[in-house]
Amino acid sequence: MKKRLFAVLAAVALISGCASTTPAEEEDEASAAAQQAAEQSEAFVQNAKDRVFFGFDKSNLSADAVRVLKVQAEYLKANPTKKIVIEGHTDDRGTREYNLALGERRAVAVKNYLISRGVDADRIRVISYGKERPAVVGANEAAWSQNRRAVTLVKD
Amino acid sequence: MIKKIFLVTLLFSLFLTGFAKAELSIDITGARSEPMAVGLPEFSVSGQMAKEDAQETAQKIVQVIESDLTSSGLFKILDSLAYLQSFKGIEDAPAFVDWQAISAEALIQGHVDYLSKKQIRISVRLWDVYAAQELYSATMEVDEKGWRRAAHMIADAVYKRITGEDGYFDTRIVYIAETGPALNRIKRLAIMDQDGENHQFLTDGLNLVLTPRFSPNMQQITYMSYYKDTPRVYLFDIESGRQQVVGDFPGMTFAPRFSPDGHKLIMSMADNGKTDIFEMNLDTRVIRQLTRSSAIDTSPSYSPDGKQIVFNSDRSGAQQLYVMDANGKNVKRISFGNGRYATPVWSPRGDYIAFTKMAGGRFYIGVMFPDGRGERLIAEGYLVEAPTWSPNGRILMYFRQDPPNRDGIPGATKIYAVDITGYNERRLITPVDASDPAWSPLLSNR
Repeated sequence: MKKRLFAVLAAVALISGCASTTPAEEEDEASAAAQQAAEQSEAFVQNAKDRVFFGFDKSNLSADAVRVLKVQAEYLKANPTKKIVIEGHTDDRGTREYNLALGERRAVAVKNYLISRGVDADRIRVISYGKERPAVVGANEAAWSQNRRAVTLVKD
Repeated sequence: MIKKIFLVTLLFSLFLTGFAKAELSIDITGARSEPMAVGLPEFSVSGQMAKEDAQETAQKIVQVIESDLTSSGLFKILDSLAYLQSFKGIEDAPAFVDWQAISAEALIQGHVDYLSKKQIRISVRLWDVYAAQELYSATMEVDEKGWRRAAHMIADAVYKRITGEDGYFDTRIVYIAETGPALNRIKRLAIMDQDGENHQFLTDGLNLVLTPRFSPNMQQITYMSYYKDTPRVYLFDIESGRQQVVGDFPGMTFAPRFSPDGHKLIMSMADNGKTDIFEMNLDTRVIRQLTRSSAIDTSPSYSPDGKQIVFNSDRSGAQQLYVMDANGKNVKRISFGNGRYATPVWSPRGDYIAFTKMAGGRFYIGVMFPDGRGERLIAEGYLVEAPTWSPNGRILMYFRQDPPNRDGIPGATKIYAVDITGYNERRLITPVDASDPAWSPLLSNR
């Protein structure tokens, strides 16, 4: 669908990297940049650095979350043309309308932190899905804690 | 687009007969009583239509009346095999002893007269079997295609004559039809009669849509859509199918509801981590902010006189219910029980506020008085949410989502109805999973 995760970006970048055996200098440069971006964004996904998690009914950033967001901020400063969308999500242990607001709060918490680390606010869009788009299915704390998240997606 | 639901031309005349002393009646406010035993024999037929075809129409009408009355839990229709009398016409007098013999308390007698191939006249009489007295009679002329609505109106009339309350059978439900995988549900607006008939999908599922609600005149639905990845409140025109975004808000708008007069919408807007309640005048398009706090203020619902708004807010730390004047003044917290309170909806009668409550890992549907006293929980589950009132304020519909199983298969999501006494919980049959129901006003009262 519309979602371009870091993972997808990485895959696309790797493909273009593989195809970069042409002699044209520009293409080499472009693929090198893509390769670099791919490595960085791949690192995001592999280390689960594209998302941060929240406590039940909470939107404050944990120490773990801050560590993840620092990496995101560095990536964004190193790639100043990239824009991002931050998706806010909740578990299903709340009502639909309240959870839409809670998801927005979580996305904004991430946005504000990235801004505080020097990322330009104009590059960041937030969207809340409330409890509409869980990451995992389950009726237990393990599943719920995976779903209480904000996910940073890189847009071209 | 949508099939016109108002193609029924009605001549609805009723003649209330005198009140007997020991009235045949059901008190639906109090404790549970045995369903009233009703005789509902085949309607007799006459007129410009082959007898078998006319009888088929008459049988369909009787079936809808039976289904409506039975679903209310207040009536039981006696087995027609036991009936000792069959009627030849509407003037045929009931043999009361025959009906007393099978313990019928009430008797519904009816006749279908084909005035032409397309126009029918339906006559009904409601009898008190033990008092041997007519309680109600009515005649209506409708297009033959309008037989189903006519049957609902007859059931409404019987319900009203016996309970003293308006019925709710001639109503519709708008809701969200759910399909697809648990991680990426496809959600569509859908509409149906209150008994699940005349089902229709209104949107194609390309955009996530949530929380539809009827306008008081039934011409529009307000809902939330993720069209172009921009979650906003929309209006859907039922007649034309046209969809239109409401206002030009900088942040996500959601949780919309109409004012009782239909001229205003209230909704929430989330922006920069704060969610407040806004009102929009649909005639002038002027927007007014009603709450200003750093909290989440959402799920607003007007009182039936339009003078107050109930909503939920986490300004105290966790979700609780608050009532304020329609201009945003005089905010007062009304819920103080254990747990979190959400999705308050004011009864059309004004006497109760229904809500979703979360406590101890479970969800509940409950009601309380508008001042917060008298809390009563009437449904419970892993996830029950989003109560909506029948127009007579006696029944709540809500949705119930079962927990996923161990293999990660999502649980079923279905719409249920329950009397506010807590009795007679029943499931609505829908073609696919269903959530976010909203009950229409009584169509024939508009």
